[in-house]
Amino acid sequence: MNKKDKAPLIRIAKRSKSVLSPAKVWAIRIASLVIAIIIGGIIFAALGANPFSAYGLILSSSFAKATGRRQVFKLMIPLLGTALALAPCFKMRYWNIGGEGQITMGAMAASYFALFWVDRLPAPVLLLVMCLAGALFGGIWAAIPAVFRARWGTNETLFTLMLNYIAIGIVAWLQGGPWEGKPGSQLIPQFKDKALLPRVMGVHCGWIIVAVLVVVMYVYLNYTKHGYEISVLGESENTARYAGMDVAKVTVRTAFLSGAICGIVGFMLASGTNGSLQSTIANGAGFTAITITWLSQLNPFAMVAISLMMAVLSKGSGNVQTTYGIPASISGIITGIILMSMLACEFFVNYQVFFRRGKEEGR
Amino acid sequence: MDQKTIDPKHIHAKEQAVDMRGITKRFGPVVANDNIDLYVNKGEIMALLGENGSGKTTLMNMLAGIYMPDEGEILVDGRHVTINSPKDALACGIGMIHQHFKLVDVFTAAENVVLGLEEGGRLDRAEIAAKVSAIADKYGFKIDPNKKVYDMSVSEKQTLEIIKVLYRGADFLILDEPTAVLTPQEISHLFDVLRAMKADGKSIVIITHKLNEVMEISDVVAVLRKGRHIKTVRTKETDPNALTEMMVGHAISLDIERQSYDKPVPRLTVAGLCCRDNEGVSKLDNVGFVAYGGEILGVAGIAGSGQKELLESIAGLRHVTSGSIIYTPDGRVPMDLVGKTPMEIRDSGVALAFVPEDRLGMGLVGGMGMTGNMMLRSWNRGKGIFVDRKSPEKMAKEVYKNLEVATPDLDFPVSKLSGGNVQKVLVGREIASSPSVLMSAYAVRGLDINTSYVIYDLMQEQKMKGVAVIFVGEDLDVLLELCDRILVHCAGKVSGIVDARTASKEEIGLMMTSIGGEEAAGE
Amino acid sequence: MNFNLIRFIQAAVSNGAPLLFGTSGEILTEKSGNLNLGVEGLMFMGGAFGLAGVYYYDKAAGDSVSVVTATIIALLCAFAAGCLGSLIYSFLTISLRANQNVTGLALTIFGTGVGQFVGEYMRTTSAGSGGFISVSNTLKEGFIASPFPKAMQGIPVIGPLLFSHNFFVYLGIAIALFLSWFMGKTRKGLYLRAVGESPATADAAGISVEKYKYLATVIGGGISAIGGVVYTMTIAGTVWMRDGLSGEGWIAVALVIFCLWRPINAIWGSVLFGGLMLLYLWLPVPFIPSQIYKVVQYMVTTVVLIIVSMRQKRENQPPASLGSAYFREER
Repeated sequence: MNKKDKAPLIRIAKRSKSVLSPAKVWAIRIASLVIAIIIGGIIFAALGANPFSAYGLILSSSFAKATGRRQVFKLMIPLLGTALALAPCFKMRYWNIGGEGQITMGAMAASYFALFWVDRLPAPVLLLVMCLAGALFGGIWAAIPAVFRARWGTNETLFTLMLNYIAIGIVAWLQGGPWEGKPGSQLIPQFKDKALLPRVMGVHCGWIIVAVLVVVMYVYLNYTKHGYEISVLGESENTARYAGMDVAKVTVRTAFLSGAICGIVGFMLASGTNGSLQSTIANGAGFTAITITWLSQLNPFAMVAISLMMAVLSKGSGNVQTTYGIPASISGIITGIILMSMLACEFFVNYQVFFRRGKEEGR
Repeated sequence: MDQKTIDPKHIHAKEQAVDMRGITKRFGPVVANDNIDLYVNKGEIMALLGENGSGKTTLMNMLAGIYMPDEGEILVDGRHVTINSPKDALACGIGMIHQHFKLVDVFTAAENVVLGLEEGGRLDRAEIAAKVSAIADKYGFKIDPNKKVYDMSVSEKQTLEIIKVLYRGADFLILDEPTAVLTPQEISHLFDVLRAMKADGKSIVIITHKLNEVMEISDVVAVLRKGRHIKTVRTKETDPNALTEMMVGHAISLDIERQSYDKPVPRLTVAGLCCRDNEGVSKLDNVGFVAYGGEILGVAGIAGSGQKELLESIAGLRHVTSGSIIYTPDGRVPMDLVGKTPMEIRDSGVALAFVPEDRLGMGLVGGMGMTGNMMLRSWNRGKGIFVDRKSPEKMAKEVYKNLEVATPDLDFPVSKLSGGNVQKVLVGREIASSPSVLMSAYAVRGLDINTSYVIYDLMQEQKMKGVAVIFVGEDLDVLLELCDRILVHCAGKVSGIVDARTASKEEIGLMMTSIGGEEAAGE
Repeated sequence: MNFNLIRFIQAAVSNGAPLLFGTSGEILTEKSGNLNLGVEGLMFMGGAFGLAGVYYYDKAAGDSVSVVTATIIALLCAFAAGCLGSLIYSFLTISLRANQNVTGLALTIFGTGVGQFVGEYMRTTSAGSGGFISVSNTLKEGFIASPFPKAMQGIPVIGPLLFSHNFFVYLGIAIALFLSWFMGKTRKGLYLRAVGESPATADAAGISVEKYKYLATVIGGGISAIGGVVYTMTIAGTVWMRDGLSGEGWIAVALVIFCLWRPINAIWGSVLFGGLMLLYLWLPVPFIPSQIYKVVQYMVTTVVLIIVSMRQKRENQPPASLGSAYFREER
């Protein structure tokens, strides 16, 4: 055996006893964000835009004027709402990536009442019914794969993914068929004013619901019996059974809750943001929210910050396009870079890296 | 091989198959191996003896390429080698059979055997099968090369693991606790095979903490304690007591002092109990026995012959297809536990402490601290939607104090505690509820001797309080010493119940493999 | 209603070709235990960079443009883009052990962004084309022409069914057949499956888990990305069509399940799915609306997923370690 003696260049160990202090953890995360922003800046520069003024434009277009701020909040509401919705599922290690479909189904159910019951119900009742219908449909849409998972262990990641497209297909059919407004328009008519969410401080009042939800979700996950069941089940199904928990019930209930909140987000999108229903109503919020939930480590307050950042990027890139002629899809690129950079940094939070010492080992 | 004194400096390097010099391995602040010198001669069987946590497996993992030593050097056949990976290890002729089998379930035996061999190109299944059969014949194994691993018994899987390393031409085999999962009969077959391999010139290290096996199979014994190499001795020149002393560092009595409780009363009467698993396979078949308050009823059996299902049925965690479990608490009306929820059964005084193979998979939540784990019993108590943290916290403090659990604080994740402390938390929690039936399974799994005895003492203490203790164990020696009676399981049926004061190990071993211990004709 | 089955199958085959690549690549990836949900992004990147390569080659070559060269450029550009994208994914999930679902979604966000950006960028920067880029007719026709002689294509029934498809279809079938052979009949294929089933076992057997995972994921990503350029070059007629391409990657992920992780099934599966996507045009049934037709493939996939989980046949399950990272010292 004549192979050269060599230790691996890099050795990795899990941090166990030497857990980093919270300050250090946040320092790593912020550093990764800064790195991502610098990479984004290099891209801007390569495209002929001054990175400082490009970022400046993104920020100023989001915050300088009231209209900008409102738009940012409008974009942020579904992201934050869905991220909150997914948190209990993820804590249970149940990969609900069907937020998109659950939003769509919720929006569909809410729209049914907005379109066909608008003249029969007083406004507050109508809105309440829309909200509940959205929650119910979103919840059921999420509960279906959970039932199969609980009974047969069907892979929920793939199942919820498929249901997204089925939900979108159903709404597309309604849009071009039974619910179509002007024949041939392929559009569902705008809701009447009665079926629109009232505005509070310039933005539809969905933001109040979401703000309340942040606190409620924090309490739910950390201080309630349900929250405890979810965390135990997430760690070990056997232990949950041992503790006398009904695993199937908890799985389905948590998925239902998650879907119900997604459904409410769908209701807010239909009734608050769009004033109508389209098959594309979720517009990727279900997917983006997965990354937000994960990066915030299931902490509802961190979700607020991350979804705000996503919303700002998405809003600002529109202005970058008009000013610099850089396509707005740059926001996807920069968002992607930020996400990847933050995913990468979690490694340094959880693992220790040792580099090979300078001296040569062996003889 | 004529050396009598075993000191590395006097041994001629040529006879050594493997020589480890100054090996140190740290995991964070824990020193798992501390400057260990150890060598193994060719054509010898070495028993590597030590308590759990003494660093045996870690040391051998460095030979097998799983870990890299932080310091020290390894010589194979007198040459310096660096073993970075299992591949390097095999290139040096070293193969390790791990305690947890490393097999791909959906592959056949033959496919598993060729995994990782550096032979590109086509996969000739017929040729491989022929080679596998040839090896099996040579040493007396029985194996079907085309059988899928998921259809195999534990013993077949172990055979496959051994063939796997032999196929690679290993002449230095390491077996990590190979007998833990086997019946006495299977163990003696394994030992025959090991002797055949030794006769063929192969060197073998068997990692174990069972002294009788050490005495039976090994030529030399190396003892590790707390990461240090204490001594290497010839088996012929030592005895179990001396080995124990080396292992634990001081002389201790191996005997468990069995106390007698005066007036045992029937506590749990099980009759005609049947249950099936999710696939509809019968797991318990007409099981019946009586457990008395004030006695320890041992349960023996081959792994997977229904012990787990029995305890789960009693605890209400498993659907019972027929039968009854009559529970008679002191001063209350007898009740049938069948059909009650786990929560009701537990609240009526039946406790279960089950230690699964990974220690944490059942009964404890690894990511939570002691308080969070105490809550597993009480989380559903009280009205309202919030969980009560106060009383579990009190309970955690008591267990922490009474059982001397070493943890930085009550919220420190139990998965980061050592095995002994994890089990203390589990058993402590069950005892803290003052049960009148205490079921424990594999309670000393992976513990060192001293901690094991703490657990045995706890069991006895409960027994003397009049609790009916049901103790499922793996080590027949311990069962015979600790229990009053032993129920032997065989393929989901009760093979027999013996008096632990008079029964022998062989008798129990036979009962584990055939009902009533009668050898079936033609087997 | 006149429904021509042969012509329908022809259309289904060419419509399924992008899926065949997307799915074959993802099967290779998933067999190593990596669930890459970034296929959508990879196909976007492949489509955009492949188109860019061909577009600039076409502009540079002028009249002397060659279909063969253009095809090679398209394939190489797409493959390289896909490899690069899945390399990022691999680095994050294999080396840095990031969560696979989240990383895959991040890759989708990133990849669709990059693809759309490149597509838009070419459009806005190409002067004098009226904000619309396309390549010369020679290439356009070359890409969709069959590589077989006219005589063979002319054989009744067999000709149109077997010999009339574009080059990419045959390439896709060749890749699927190769992968099938590779996984079933070679040692490296066996090792790859071992990595996906039980990385700890593979590692202990001396198989480099990281190497196999990296190679399978990077090459698989490259193959998936070719699906994007196939879409752009054949179905979209060499124009950047964001709306058409979007969703293809997700169908490819669905098709992997439908095929039970077997590349050979991807061949007919892609034809079936390609056909289902078109069925509403070809065989409209009065009371079944076209949009419902479009979700049939997802429903079928869901049903397959459910049946597989109910029957519990070990050989049909997803690779056992799918979705989880491997870290040796955790043992």
